[in-house]
Amino acid sequence: MQRSSGKKKSVARSRTVRRPAKSARQPRVVLLVGTRKGAFVLHGNASRTGFRIAGPQRFGEIVNHVVLDPRDRRTLLCAARAGHLGPSIFRSTDLGETWQEAVVPPAFRKAAPGEAGFTVAHTFYLTPGLSSEPGVWYAGTSPPALFRSEDGGATWRGIDGWNENPLRTVWCPPEDQTPDGSIMHSILVDPRDATHLYVGCSGGGSFESTDAGRSWRPLNEGVEAPASPDPFPEFGQDPHCMALHPLQPDRLYQQNHCGIYRLDRPDSRWNRIGKNMPAEIGDIGFPVVLHPRDPDTLWVFPMDGTTVWPRVSPAGKPAVYRSRDAGKSWERQERGLPREHGWYTVKRQAFSADSCAPLGLYFGTTSGELWMSANEGRSWRQIAAHLPHVYSVVAATLD
Amino acid sequence: MRVAIPSPLRSYTGGREEVQARGATVAELLGELDAAFPGIRFRMIDEQDRIRVHIRLFVNRELVRDLGRHLSDRDEVQVLCALSGG
Repeated sequence: MQRSSGKKKSVARSRTVRRPAKSARQPRVVLLVGTRKGAFVLHGNASRTGFRIAGPQRFGEIVNHVVLDPRDRRTLLCAARAGHLGPSIFRSTDLGETWQEAVVPPAFRKAAPGEAGFTVAHTFYLTPGLSSEPGVWYAGTSPPALFRSEDGGATWRGIDGWNENPLRTVWCPPEDQTPDGSIMHSILVDPRDATHLYVGCSGGGSFESTDAGRSWRPLNEGVEAPASPDPFPEFGQDPHCMALHPLQPDRLYQQNHCGIYRLDRPDSRWNRIGKNMPAEIGDIGFPVVLHPRDPDTLWVFPMDGTTVWPRVSPAGKPAVYRSRDAGKSWERQERGLPREHGWYTVKRQAFSADSCAPLGLYFGTTSGELWMSANEGRSWRQIAAHLPHVYSVVAATLD
Repeated sequence: MRVAIPSPLRSYTGGREEVQARGATVAELLGELDAAFPGIRFRMIDEQDRIRVHIRLFVNRELVRDLGRHLSDRDEVQVLCALSGG
């Protein structure tokens, strides 16, 4: 969905639901899939009943994210690294048939003699800027750092207000390594104000800037933190995925290591809406997906966060959970999914929605399967199997 | 001098297993390689001028860890990829 631009509006408290025109022609959906062994593009037919797989592209490389620029619906950016080689960003204007590497990939400043220097291990997250800022992209990396491009991803520079901030390593200690390294993800740009940014750091927490990244403050009130004697510290939380609703930008959701939360600005205290999930399922998971036309509707994909944290579907029975009332209640959506022995989960960037009506939902699994629902989660069908471990799924539209 | 290129980096050299380059030091050689094959250096050397974890540089079969190591035109340089699993 393309972001709009303009002056910041007052906070909308009433429910905003945009209903699609019934006669509207459905856009053509493509799925951009990043995996541990390359990228794949799935081309959907007009009715979303069939998907043709193209790829692998960047074969053998670890692809964390592939994103289409919604401003031209033509340019792809891909965050990739090879097992032996350093990370880079690649750009394609032919849906991945050919790629051009960034001239200046995201990289930290060269340290002065005697000073500790940082190295980008990989770029994890990519997101385009607003339509009012053509060519602008943001990238989040491991270790957690923020980079910006103003030329469509060809050259990148660090946002010093974060990367050079002496509090960065206090908020996100390098030793607090998540399994694939600490990361910055979920870079959210307020569609009313390009200088208003949110980021999520795993681990470290959520942070907000209202001056285009020059200064930051923690935004973690009410969010539980793992591995902390104080359960609600100012920072140190572990958001897995954050989302901001495009029609109601003061409404944020996050799936955290310690539950599912909602925040309605200008409040700064998150509300743990995951407490309303069934107790036997819990509210641990990686992704959260929003309905682009209804700020009260969201989906999560729970995983087992008990005992030693198996990080697979609870009891081996995969299911999506949907809330249609902003997290006050949840319903299980499992029709078509394995009824037993489905020992996988869905990573934080591997669950996505298209913009069709009814809404299409898509997720990729750690076991290399792709599943889709053409009816907002009521039923699911597998559209690909035997792919590598899926890191990201982005549903995009070409026309 | 001759520089042997490993398979993960041959997308930069048009598939060539060996290229010719010059430089009085390893750092200069890498700079020349990058000028000829843009982007190749950053995949081997990070922004702190450290050789990446899974890259090995050899001069005349001797492991090099110092980018200031002097070179002569008769030296043979090998870039090798160390073990990287998964």
